[in-house]
Amino acid sequence: MSDVAFGNDQPFVRKEILQPEPPPASLVGISGWARQNLFAGPANTLLSVVCLALAIYVAWIMLDFLVLRAVWTGANREACIAPGVGACWPFITARFGQLLYGFYPAEEHWRPATVFFVAVALIAPLLTPAAPYKKANALLFFVAFPIFAVIMLSGGVFGLRPVETRAWGGLLVTLVVATTGIVASLPLGVLLALGRRSKLPVVRFFAIAFIEFWRGVPLITVLFFATYMLPLFLPSGWTIDGLLRALVGVSLFSAAYMAEVVRGGLQAIPKGQYEGAMAMGLRYWPMMILIVLPQALKLVIPGIVNTFIGLFKDTTLVAIVSIFDFLGIIRAAFADPNWATPGTVYTGFAFAGIVYFIFCYGMSRYSRFVEERLDVGHKH
Amino acid sequence: MKKILTALALGASAVFASGAADAATLDQVKQKGFLQCGVSTGLPGFSNPDSKGEWTGLDVDLCRAVAAAIFDDPSKVRFSPLTAKDRFTALQSGEVDILSRNSTWTLSRDATQGLNFTATNYYDGQGFLVRKSLGVKSAMELNGASVCTQSGTTTELNVADFFRSNNLQYEVVAFQGQEETLKAYESGRCEVFTSDQSQLYALRLKLADKDEHVILPELISKEPLATAVRQGDDQWFDIVKWVHYGMLNAEEAGITSQNVKDMLNSPNPDIKRMLGAEGNFGEQIGLTKDWLARIVTKVGNYGEAFDRSVGKGSPLQIERGKNALWSKGGLQYGPPIR
Repeated sequence: MSDVAFGNDQPFVRKEILQPEPPPASLVGISGWARQNLFAGPANTLLSVVCLALAIYVAWIMLDFLVLRAVWTGANREACIAPGVGACWPFITARFGQLLYGFYPAEEHWRPATVFFVAVALIAPLLTPAAPYKKANALLFFVAFPIFAVIMLSGGVFGLRPVETRAWGGLLVTLVVATTGIVASLPLGVLLALGRRSKLPVVRFFAIAFIEFWRGVPLITVLFFATYMLPLFLPSGWTIDGLLRALVGVSLFSAAYMAEVVRGGLQAIPKGQYEGAMAMGLRYWPMMILIVLPQALKLVIPGIVNTFIGLFKDTTLVAIVSIFDFLGIIRAAFADPNWATPGTVYTGFAFAGIVYFIFCYGMSRYSRFVEERLDVGHKH
Repeated sequence: MKKILTALALGASAVFASGAADAATLDQVKQKGFLQCGVSTGLPGFSNPDSKGEWTGLDVDLCRAVAAAIFDDPSKVRFSPLTAKDRFTALQSGEVDILSRNSTWTLSRDATQGLNFTATNYYDGQGFLVRKSLGVKSAMELNGASVCTQSGTTTELNVADFFRSNNLQYEVVAFQGQEETLKAYESGRCEVFTSDQSQLYALRLKLADKDEHVILPELISKEPLATAVRQGDDQWFDIVKWVHYGMLNAEEAGITSQNVKDMLNSPNPDIKRMLGAEGNFGEQIGLTKDWLARIVTKVGNYGEAFDRSVGKGSPLQIERGKNALWSKGGLQYGPPIR
């Protein structure tokens, strides 16, 4: 090597660290992201293009039918009968009250509406971790609110006109059935799961029999039996409210499924946790409530929410026992000759799909949020 | 599963033979203060909720008429929408007092389902829908046609019988559901669409231009849509039967909801008997003397109910056809009230 003259005799010493070069243009920004994730190779590129084309195509069809070609105002089928029109929204507008409340008397619609807003006002802080007064809030929602809701909806006291449950319908019934099922099935399911893993043979046998019975019978059969067969076995003159029968059926049914989800979580807790708890002198219930269940339930949040979402959609099965839930009332509306048009059915189902999606996607997002929040340690 | 359950229900009720069927239905209804009426979950013109949530239709009007006869108030009736599979079980178990749900009257149902059909509210039958541009006036001209039907139904068998017995060539294009079948017809997959005629009128409304399609006059099957009550209560059976006959008699005598007040003073002995000015005919079946006057005032006669629900006053525009009074060439015949 030859000496290199640097102007003076001092060897080159870098005084400061060089700024790193930016990554090549092909790796940054939108184009870089797209190159890496969408067009990484011929197969990837093909897949991306096909999927994108499909997504745009479907989105365009929906936009075209639901918005661009849609009819927005009108009084009866004449409005939507023209050739080439899309969704018939006046059909939904004309029946909006019915879709929300079923056959609930129109002048009493403020009652379910109040119940709905009170429910939202109570649930929202309950689901927000930052909101204070959790205990009082929970007490209000799980104890006071059901009583309030029953009084408001069925009436008969405090000068409220009685409205029998047969008149309830639409989104009201869907929410009543789903909420009751969700709220009742979780504690019941936890108890059943603990029972199934209990060391007491009678308790275990009962829990297994209960779970396997309800899991082994289709929900439709349960509802059918509760509605049409029960009156045959009850002493004459005895009646149980039709909606109540469906509520009990749905709750017990989903409790059995919930029990199996929770049992999965219980089984995933290492034996050391149980032994540690017992070594600290905890008896059965404190051990379960303080040590085991918090960990087990956290593990199975996706499974629990999955059951909730399934239950929310299964509420449509009450249509089989002539209770008009949201989907049922839309289907009944199709039979109105005043609104029979080529697009009525599609409009109705599209609207139902949008509403169900909003509820189910909301639940799903919230479960992701809870999972992330509770995800402390145990990174597997 | 459903079949087993239904059989179980029937078996159980046969064994117990107690409760609902034994006690007089009329007394039970009066005690409850309302009539429980089984209807469809939505059949245009027969039983469907309107935009105010009120049940309307020809089947619904029969229930309202029974309520009017008992309570003098057509609103004292509650409706249980029933699916085709549950309807007979619901009647059997006492969930409903009347089944007024477009049910075809057949021997096997009458004999084995523990019910009695009272009277035919609507004479339906399988018919044909074709494009006007085809220029066909009668089903006999359908030689060589392709026919859209719903697969696995009696409709498909009826078509086969009809074309074979008339020595006509045809081709069946079968689909799973009613809507799909209609879409196939609309898109030109076949020239003829066949289903029950009352259904054809309702489905025609769902076509883009309903006036380009006509319904041929022939009926190729008998579908008498009748009202049913539980077996074992003859008084209730009579009441429901005579409410229908009463509405027919009122139409025949020209008594309408408009003129019933004036008709009360009519010198015609027939009308006097009907409206209760003479004799005690209502009381003989457990109702009041003015039972028919109540029905016609509150609900109307059969013709009025027909026009309002499915006929000229409704979007369905169904002709009276076989449902005209016997005196006008139809099959609706009310035995005399005397």
